[in-house]
Amino acid sequence: MVFTLAEKILGLKTGKECRGGEIVIAPADLVFIQDTTGPLTVRQFDAMGFTKLANPKRSVLFLDHAAPCPQKEFANDHQLMRDFARRTGAFLSDVGEGVCHQLVAESWAGPGDIVVGADSHTVTAGGLGAFASGFGSSDVAVAWALGKTWIRVPESFLINLSGSLTRGVYSKDLILHLIGLLGADGATYKSLEFGGEGVGNLSVPDRLTVSNMAIEAGAKVGLFPSDDLTREYLEDHGRGEQYIPLSADPGAAYERVLDIDLSVLEPVVARPHTVDNVAPIRGLDNTPVEQAFIGTCTGGRLEDLAEVASVLKGKQRHPDTRLLVAPASRQILSDAIQAGYVQTVIEAGGIILPPGCAACLGMHQGVLGDGESCLSTANRNFLGRMGNPNGFIFLGSPASAAAAAITGHITDPRELM
Amino acid sequence: MLKGKVFRFGDGISTDHIIPGRYTHLRSNLPELAKHTLEDADATFASRVRHGDFVVGGKNFGLGSSREHAPLVIKMCGVGAVLAETASRLFFRNAINVGLPILLCDTSGIQDSDELEVDLTGGTVHNRTKGFTVTCSRIPQSMLRILEEGGLVEYIKRHGDFEF
Repeated sequence: MVFTLAEKILGLKTGKECRGGEIVIAPADLVFIQDTTGPLTVRQFDAMGFTKLANPKRSVLFLDHAAPCPQKEFANDHQLMRDFARRTGAFLSDVGEGVCHQLVAESWAGPGDIVVGADSHTVTAGGLGAFASGFGSSDVAVAWALGKTWIRVPESFLINLSGSLTRGVYSKDLILHLIGLLGADGATYKSLEFGGEGVGNLSVPDRLTVSNMAIEAGAKVGLFPSDDLTREYLEDHGRGEQYIPLSADPGAAYERVLDIDLSVLEPVVARPHTVDNVAPIRGLDNTPVEQAFIGTCTGGRLEDLAEVASVLKGKQRHPDTRLLVAPASRQILSDAIQAGYVQTVIEAGGIILPPGCAACLGMHQGVLGDGESCLSTANRNFLGRMGNPNGFIFLGSPASAAAAAITGHITDPRELM
Repeated sequence: MLKGKVFRFGDGISTDHIIPGRYTHLRSNLPELAKHTLEDADATFASRVRHGDFVVGGKNFGLGSSREHAPLVIKMCGVGAVLAETASRLFFRNAINVGLPILLCDTSGIQDSDELEVDLTGGTVHNRTKGFTVTCSRIPQSMLRILEEGGLVEYIKRHGDFEF
């Protein structure tokens, strides 16, 4: 009998054979909320009359979206969440620690885990081989109380990767390319499973970026097999014991198979206002950019900042383009200071924002003006996403965003390398 | 049987259309947040919608965020049901969880201001204005029970666990 990776993980966790289309009750290994969906989760938990968490040591509250708070309403929500953590024994990740999905990868999730998060980009941990998916506040409140949730076992698409990325082309370009192929609803309910020899040429941070955006094609999970790179990543973060090797079985049944040769990919961007509106960066040269935003759970990792620093080194931002950089976690900020990347950003005229979601969802730290365009490393460019429905958001790689900051317009980053 | 008037939207209505990020600070004040429902798709929606009316979309309704507040404010506006050709996984599940009926069917013949009759148990939508009936995809039995019992919180209060 052969299984997809999704079927295999759910089968291991439920102790029974799981096949696409079935509904199963599955245990939750990690259940978390963040500060925009979390207050409702807390209220729903209380409304159901629960007082105890099934597994407080694996229940986490992240204060990352409004960090630090721009308005009193957020500050009051943060109080509600801090109080909940105190009374239940859940773990609190306070303002300044970083974006939930980055911290879940650094400190919590491992291969084969089932991760229930009150945020659509929970799929990020699929880069480590975790069955990680976003849920609404009520579902997460129930998962906190009962230690389980219901899951419809997804059918799977295999994304068969070969070759390796060339200079100036990144995992962000890969996932945008794939979303452009599939469409914003092309993988709704599905497990996007990555396989093939090309997987070994993507680092764990690369895989996290790819899995992070699986939801932008509608997918329930974006899963990578776990391998030696996964083991090394977990060991580097003091969690080597969480490693187990997991992969789909050869011959598993996929609803669809797509082959992608990494070596022929080019830098791309998603144009306003949908993530599947993908085009080669070359045809968009000379589109003016008033803001370059580098950060978030998609594009704020140390490896991203290294590429940004290499593009910015010795150059100045364009006088008409703001350069905002938000490392995705406190650890990344610290490492980026050690490596000199922060100094490079500052010398180029950039602004370092605190670890957190920053400008991604339009609450603070980089809201767009009417008619302004932003080249962002985040995962969504929906109308109004960055706080103004009259703004325009292009999504691209960290190197592409850095290149735009220098030239003042959309630019192929390879021209500055 | 639900009866009401159609507010027609297109394809790809995102959770940012439904509750824009700039109102995130209102998420703990749902009556205030509800005044901005669907504002970036139709700025007058919240002031014009009446109890029992229907929100009708096209493909991939509710794509984007996990924010349960999105179906919640649509429900608070009095909407009887959301109809769409397809919906995002998260919006579909959240709608059921907050007790907002959501039906997937061919919405191509439905226009703004049409009068509809929606039979939730039979899964049919009758367009009284245009005189045709469409059949909806079946909601899984377990989800239908959560919906019928008023959403997940009410369901769990009653049963204490998943009964499926």
